[in-house]
Amino acid sequence: MSVDIIATPRSTAWLARANPLAKLGAGMALTVVLLVSVDWVSATVALVLECMLLPLAGLSARMLLLRGWPILVAAVVGGYGTALLAPKTGELLLEWGPVTFTSGSLEAGVAIALRGLAIALPGIIVLASTDPTDLADALAQKLRLPHRFVLGALAAMRLVGLLVAEWQTLGMARRARGVGGEPGLFRGVKAQLGQAMALLVQAVRRASRLAVTMEAKGFGAGPRTWARESSFARHDLWVVAGGLVIAAVSVSAAVLLGSWNPVFG
Amino acid sequence: MSKSIASKNAAPSNQNQAARKSTWRVVDIVVVSVLGVAIGVIFWLWSAGYGLISAFTVAFPPVGALYGGGWLIAGVLGGLVIRKPGAALYCELIAASVEGLLGTHFGFTVLLSGLVQGLGAELGFALFRYRKFNLPVALLAGALAGLAMGINDSLVWNVAWAMEWKLVYVVLAMISGAIIAGLVSWLAVRGLARTGALSNLPSRGAAIERAV
Amino acid sequence: MGSWAHRGTTPARISAKGWGWQHSGRTNKAVHDLDLEIAPGERVLLLGPSGAGKSTLLHALAGVLGDDEDANEAGELLIDGYPVAESRGRAGLMQQDPDAQVVLSRIGDDVAFGAENMAVPRDEIWRRVSASLESVGLKLPLDHPSSALSGGQKQRLGLAGMLAMRPGLLLLDEPTANLDPAGVVEVRDAVRRSLDESGATLVVVEHRVSVWLEVVDRIIVLAPAALGEPGGVLFDGPPAAVLAQSRELLTAAGIWVPGYVPAVRPREASSTHDAGELLLLEACGLGVSRTKGRRRHPGVPIAVVPSVRVSAGQALSVTGPNGAGKSTLALTLAGLLAPAGGQLLATEQLARGAGTAPLKWRGRQLISRIGTVFQEPEHQFVTGSVRAELLFAPKLLGRGGDSVDGLLTRLRLDHLADANPFTLSGGEKRRLSVATVLAASPQVLILDEPTFGQDANTWAELASLLTELLDAGTAVISVTHDAAFGAVLGGEQLVLGAPEQMPQGAASLLSAESVVQR
Ligand SMILES: Nc1ncnc2c1ncn2[C@@H]1O[C@H](COP(=O)(O)OP(=O)(O)OP(=O)(O)O)[C@@H](O)[C@H]1O
Ligand SMILES: Nc1ncnc2c1ncn2[C@@H]1O[C@H](COP(=O)(O)OP(=O)(O)OP(=O)(O)O)[C@@H](O)[C@H]1O
Ligand SMILES: [Mg+2]
Ligand SMILES: [Mg+2]
Repeated sequence: MSVDIIATPRSTAWLARANPLAKLGAGMALTVVLLVSVDWVSATVALVLECMLLPLAGLSARMLLLRGWPILVAAVVGGYGTALLAPKTGELLLEWGPVTFTSGSLEAGVAIALRGLAIALPGIIVLASTDPTDLADALAQKLRLPHRFVLGALAAMRLVGLLVAEWQTLGMARRARGVGGEPGLFRGVKAQLGQAMALLVQAVRRASRLAVTMEAKGFGAGPRTWARESSFARHDLWVVAGGLVIAAVSVSAAVLLGSWNPVFG
Repeated sequence: MSKSIASKNAAPSNQNQAARKSTWRVVDIVVVSVLGVAIGVIFWLWSAGYGLISAFTVAFPPVGALYGGGWLIAGVLGGLVIRKPGAALYCELIAASVEGLLGTHFGFTVLLSGLVQGLGAELGFALFRYRKFNLPVALLAGALAGLAMGINDSLVWNVAWAMEWKLVYVVLAMISGAIIAGLVSWLAVRGLARTGALSNLPSRGAAIERAV
Repeated sequence: MGSWAHRGTTPARISAKGWGWQHSGRTNKAVHDLDLEIAPGERVLLLGPSGAGKSTLLHALAGVLGDDEDANEAGELLIDGYPVAESRGRAGLMQQDPDAQVVLSRIGDDVAFGAENMAVPRDEIWRRVSASLESVGLKLPLDHPSSALSGGQKQRLGLAGMLAMRPGLLLLDEPTANLDPAGVVEVRDAVRRSLDESGATLVVVEHRVSVWLEVVDRIIVLAPAALGEPGGVLFDGPPAAVLAQSRELLTAAGIWVPGYVPAVRPREASSTHDAGELLLLEACGLGVSRTKGRRRHPGVPIAVVPSVRVSAGQALSVTGPNGAGKSTLALTLAGLLAPAGGQLLATEQLARGAGTAPLKWRGRQLISRIGTVFQEPEHQFVTGSVRAELLFAPKLLGRGGDSVDGLLTRLRLDHLADANPFTLSGGEKRRLSVATVLAASPQVLILDEPTFGQDANTWAELASLLTELLDAGTAVISVTHDAAFGAVLGGEQLVLGAPEQMPQGAASLLSAESVVQR
């Protein structure tokens, strides 16, 4: 029932041992390269290479489908929208009232759909193999982001896992007061909105209490030390290199085949 | 800090007040983080819903922008609750990161979207020098966040669209931002303030402030 | 930096000079004109009736009270001669709500958090982490998720986190309120052990004196400022002297002195047990679970209760260790959770045409038949003031709110009628949530830990109210760790076993006699 976002056990996959910053860097580099190139060749090559990385992140194809099906839908829809709205070049394929597809617009649509998938996948790979606590440690210690904000966000994340369970409890508690459970769509929506508001109130109240706890533990008063050290190791180099290689290979392939189409070109 | 009875007549200096406005206390950070994370979970559901919604927008994809306002709530709400420079940006960024952590089809681009949309909302509050937090300001912040989202999406996702469609998309995004993010957040903050949950935050009086 | 080894390890001295605090939006002061000196290393039990300002004082000492611009402070409160706001981290505070103690998602990290903030070097942190987990008796791996802990384990985790900071002052706010009797002893002993090691100053708030009597060497009783009394300290001295000299005065102030059970209106020896027993709710083979089962994967029950019969005018108390499933059972009986097995039937006397399954009733039908008080009071507040909260159910049922003022006075909430429910003290919240349910006058009352956080006077008032209702024909099911309360209400007792002791979650029903014997 509860979507306890960060209480899941630490992943044991190879990528999980890499420093989160290395993974983030590799993923972002790849994302930027894919963002500027809109063609089906680079997208396909990147997608295939990314799929080969899945085992390193401890993700099976089944888990990917379970977790990622909305992504598939979104990519297809995005491709469709582009095919519909792109400038109509090439030969006419289909005309039905205002809906027209040409070979040019269809190609653009396919490219956008594939690119969408190729952009989404690094995010899933990195995040499935990254523990939020490690990420926070890396952001604060290596990237030197202000620690109060980083740790505040980390603590908040834990709280939200609890709030998901609280939704159920609140529903029962309010029913016990006679709120909700009335027939009719309008009343149902009203009750749901009331409950959402109650959850928001609980979220803020718990946040204030959590802040008291953190302050009482001396948080935010001055310099602090770190119990967990965030460090870079040899295989972080491999991770970064891997991201760059995928980006380079996919763009080179597109350039070689003559289909590369940079956005700002 | 609470004022002490003994020093009640000593008026707090202006400098002091200004300092309080821009320094973040732990409670500010934690509350805005929790709001951000909570909204991030909602974003994630909202993203999953996007697949469904897009089934209805197939005939005319720019209408999808109307749905986009949902992704802008974090910035406006964070700004309205904490009332400090950077609150809107931080809240939207946190929400986007959490959406990313849960896994979405936007991949790492959620971080970019969060940054851009947060800056949009932040600009709305900055225009009033973080002094006013009434309904028009909320609507403006929402609309500016919508503008930022529209431009960003046009450059990232809808790159291949023809120019006029991009324009339509941006305008619809602004409308959606003003209504879904601006109005809804403003109402939510008023409701929150009424329950007393905001009693140790700068927005504690939101329920009795005038709308315009 | 550099001073970490000494910072916090020496016991702290507390001094209050005419200190007072008025929360924003309140006309009365929570604490008024407090003069107090606590020497380093002293172990103090802080007592006082519910709403006397104990939690307020502890928060002030921890330096976490002062963020409200409309609140008023008077006098001064010093730790080691410095204002409290500057000595944050010097004191370890354990709040009333165990869920609010935990900051990070793995227990090792959570214990380390405070020490990190005190800038303790890394090796020393991990040494302290293992040592404090050891001393509170929490034997779990360091990467155990902190969300998968029972209430008692969470209290211990909170304590371990504080100990790792090596605070000079330990502030505990009702640290054992929701624990089962075994857990109470364990947590108390953990505190004592750590105090023996560190020599820190202790201020503990608890309503029951007997628990801490052997640990503390001084008792301070706060007088409520709200009741127009002078405020400040009512009694102060070594436990033996205070208890011997002023026993009467203490009991009058509502202090739970050892061996004292306040007078409660006794139940009438009426004839409800005879032929005319009116069955309201009946369950057999009832399995309870928080997770909703699906058709192919039915929820695994955490407890199975062979048979429960609830009749008009009868009491049933449910007891058992933490995590046994008592609250889950209460929610299931209340028609709020779907049974994970077996059956729950409402008889026609209770259903009055609404159908036999309470789960299917509408909100409005439910509250006039079965009233439920949740373990966590805040979940049930739906309005903005105490009075509106009480008027809510009568309005929903289309009745007048005549009984409301009576309830307010009896439960000592009358001076708070316009206050926001969320700003009440722990005990006041509890009484309000009981009162809101009573205002709907349901036929069956289900109360989850109705007496926690109550002083002896409010406890007696609550118990008397319930015996009246019982005599008037209401059925009362109460989940409680409070044996005295169960004994006063009488009736049968249902004991749920610990999940690990009884794998099938077997439950046993004791008869009324065996309850009386305890
Ligand atoms: N945040 C708040 N805002 C306004 N009033 C408050 C707030 N917190 C507490 N009070 C009021 O201050 C008084 C003292 O509350 P406090 O919580 O200190 O009592 P307490 O002695 O701990 O009581 P209990 O034993 O019931 O926990 C109460 O009347 C309470 O209603
Ligand atoms: N909201 C929840 N969602 C899922 N599981 C829960 C939830 N609340 C409690 N549990 C689990 O269900 C089991 C029974 O919990 P329950 O609250 O019924 O115990 P209890 O007997 O009331 O304990 P206590 O004396 O501590 O109140 C415990 O193992 C607990 O961890
Ligand atoms: Mg209290
Ligand atoms: Mg319980």
